[in-house]
Amino acid sequence: MDKIRSNIMLCGGTGCIASGSLKARDALVEELKKHDLADEITVTLTGCNGFCAQGPIMIVYPEDIFYEKITSDNIPLLVEEHFVKGRPVEKFMYKEPEKKSAVPIMNEIPFFKHQVLRALRNKGLIDPEKIEEYIARDGYMAAAKALTEMTPGDIVEVMKDSGLRGRGGAGFPTGLKWEFCARSQGNLKYILCNGDEGDPGAFMDRSVMEADPHVVLEGMIIAAKAIGASRGYIYVRAEYPLAVERLQKAIDQANEYGLLGENILGTGFNLDIELYLGAGAFVCGEETALMRSIEGKRGMPIPRPPFPAQKGLWEKPTVLNNVETYANIPQIILNGADWFKSLGTEKSTGTKVFALTGAVNNIGLIEVPMGIPLRTIIFDIGGGIKKGRIFKAVQLGGPSGGCIPEDHLETPVTYEDIMNTGAIVGSGGMVVMDDSNCMVNVARFFLDFTTDESCGKCSPCRIGTKVMKDKLVDITEGRGKEEDIELLEDLAHDIISTSLCGLGQTAPNPVLTTIKYFRQEYEEHIRQGWCKAGVCTKLSTFYIDEEACKGCTLCARSCPQQAITGEKKKPHHINQELCIKCRTCYEKCKFGAVKVGPVNMFEKKDKEVKV
Amino acid sequence: MAKLTIDDLKKIKEEYKEKTHLREGGYRVKITVHMGTCGLAAGSREIMDSLLDEIQKANVTDIIVTTSGCAGLCSREPMVTIEMMGEPPVKYGDLTDEKIRKIFREHVLEGKIVEEYAIVRGCETSY
Repeated sequence: MDKIRSNIMLCGGTGCIASGSLKARDALVEELKKHDLADEITVTLTGCNGFCAQGPIMIVYPEDIFYEKITSDNIPLLVEEHFVKGRPVEKFMYKEPEKKSAVPIMNEIPFFKHQVLRALRNKGLIDPEKIEEYIARDGYMAAAKALTEMTPGDIVEVMKDSGLRGRGGAGFPTGLKWEFCARSQGNLKYILCNGDEGDPGAFMDRSVMEADPHVVLEGMIIAAKAIGASRGYIYVRAEYPLAVERLQKAIDQANEYGLLGENILGTGFNLDIELYLGAGAFVCGEETALMRSIEGKRGMPIPRPPFPAQKGLWEKPTVLNNVETYANIPQIILNGADWFKSLGTEKSTGTKVFALTGAVNNIGLIEVPMGIPLRTIIFDIGGGIKKGRIFKAVQLGGPSGGCIPEDHLETPVTYEDIMNTGAIVGSGGMVVMDDSNCMVNVARFFLDFTTDESCGKCSPCRIGTKVMKDKLVDITEGRGKEEDIELLEDLAHDIISTSLCGLGQTAPNPVLTTIKYFRQEYEEHIRQGWCKAGVCTKLSTFYIDEEACKGCTLCARSCPQQAITGEKKKPHHINQELCIKCRTCYEKCKFGAVKVGPVNMFEKKDKEVKV
Repeated sequence: MAKLTIDDLKKIKEEYKEKTHLREGGYRVKITVHMGTCGLAAGSREIMDSLLDEIQKANVTDIIVTTSGCAGLCSREPMVTIEMMGEPPVKYGDLTDEKIRKIFREHVLEGKIVEEYAIVRGCETSY
């Protein structure tokens, strides 16, 4: 008998593998065999489910039961209860942070409820290493349609009409890019895929490549037909070994099935695709630098024009699109431009994938219609701020982006509206920060990153970002001067207007937006020597508010320096000479009694006493 | 593997849809086999086997089979509950291989409740 009554989909994305999903899979297969259920229940390892913080994730179909944090130790109980006795096990289900009641059905979990899956439509539903499962979900049907029923002009028209804009960051209309390249003369053209996802905190492209590698290939086939390309490369970071492995398998399978190579699907169309592994330089996500890297040269940008659509890889007409952009294309071809435009806003159509992380309760990968307010993403899908803390800012667009404060949370997520705040949609990294973050320090963190990653070609970027970083370090360490803020702003505008590529043109954004929205914090650092978040250790003093302290002793017990003394039920005290400002007491205190004062608060008091 | 044509692609799609349709949601009939301790002792495992076998033979994809615990009427086990979309669920009891096959053919496939084996229609009120 081989009638299958249930499919268990266990997440095999990088996150869940790291938290033990492979061991859980082995235990599961073993346990099902033991109970003689192996014939009627299948176990499939999928790509990233998106709800990475709760991993390993397991979903049981047809009932749609969602289990989280499944380890191999849980498996015997789970199999016995759910699959033998038919009692879904509540203790492994997701629980809403405030309520504690288990939510068994996947689509009732707020994290999933508000999402609309297009680019991620196959996530968790197919085995990414089986081309047949991709085909079962309409896979390669769009390529078949494009190759047999559409002219290159038709494809370009549909793409232009759909309004799809590049999902890698810049948001350039995809159809227009294809049209430029289609018009370029040349007997050899290249189609490239940018999988060099480098923004800290962004992992949507990795997830697509791991969960649904064939959709990338299919998108590339369609694009190749539109522009007349016969060779393609997928540029993927070597730091994504699982994505590399699954893409390579997908390419091999597609070649074997005649979906890549010569005479695809018997239509006479040819396309070869190869992987090219990047060595981890952030600048290689920039299109001209990426092409130099594939050519075997040092990854550095070159001036445009000529644009890659005319002279790209090896000076041949080339189109480069991002992974997520390709993931949208097959569905647009199958369902039409109007279907795609039915979601989103007039100028930002469709959906966008975001990597939601930081101080929110629900961390993971989400896909939402464009135009959704930031507040909905953070407070409904993200489930609000962890540990009841207060929202401070959301960082969008990684090192090229900016920080958006509370009073801009109604901003709809579209390319234009986000740009108006000073941030960018970028590739979709969304880092939520609570009131324990110091915004000057956040700006310093991103500048640290960009100074490291600047390729060094343009002096404004190479030297300018370094000077900006040094100024920020000065401010966070108490050497800031009144004129530093103006200097930072001036320098930022110079770097933006004189750098060659997107890296330099956007690197000052984190500084500009934090000055724009959190200028007061810069001033407090400079004038009062006070980092109110208690992050900059040279600008903060931790002390206990005697009125708020309940004498619960938790801080004293957690202090690694034994710097806190006090009797039970009586206010405690921090010995400033022993305190190393590790923030442990500040984070542990349940009553908010640990406060942060300016660095010299006790010095002053001493002086006062002396006077 | 020979190179595919578009027709081959469609064939693979149909063939694998069969294997993956459970994940897609949407079904016409849901059959719950009660597999509590009482049900298992009374032979619900065999009832499940017979059901899966019938579904296989009928070659249908709009029926899902799931399991649940004791339905509370242990003396009448093995029991199953059959829910056709939009109709009240029907519970059958004292099942055997022969009875469940008949129920499958008449109720699930043809929509006629097998009254002689049915215990109850509808479900308990829950608060």
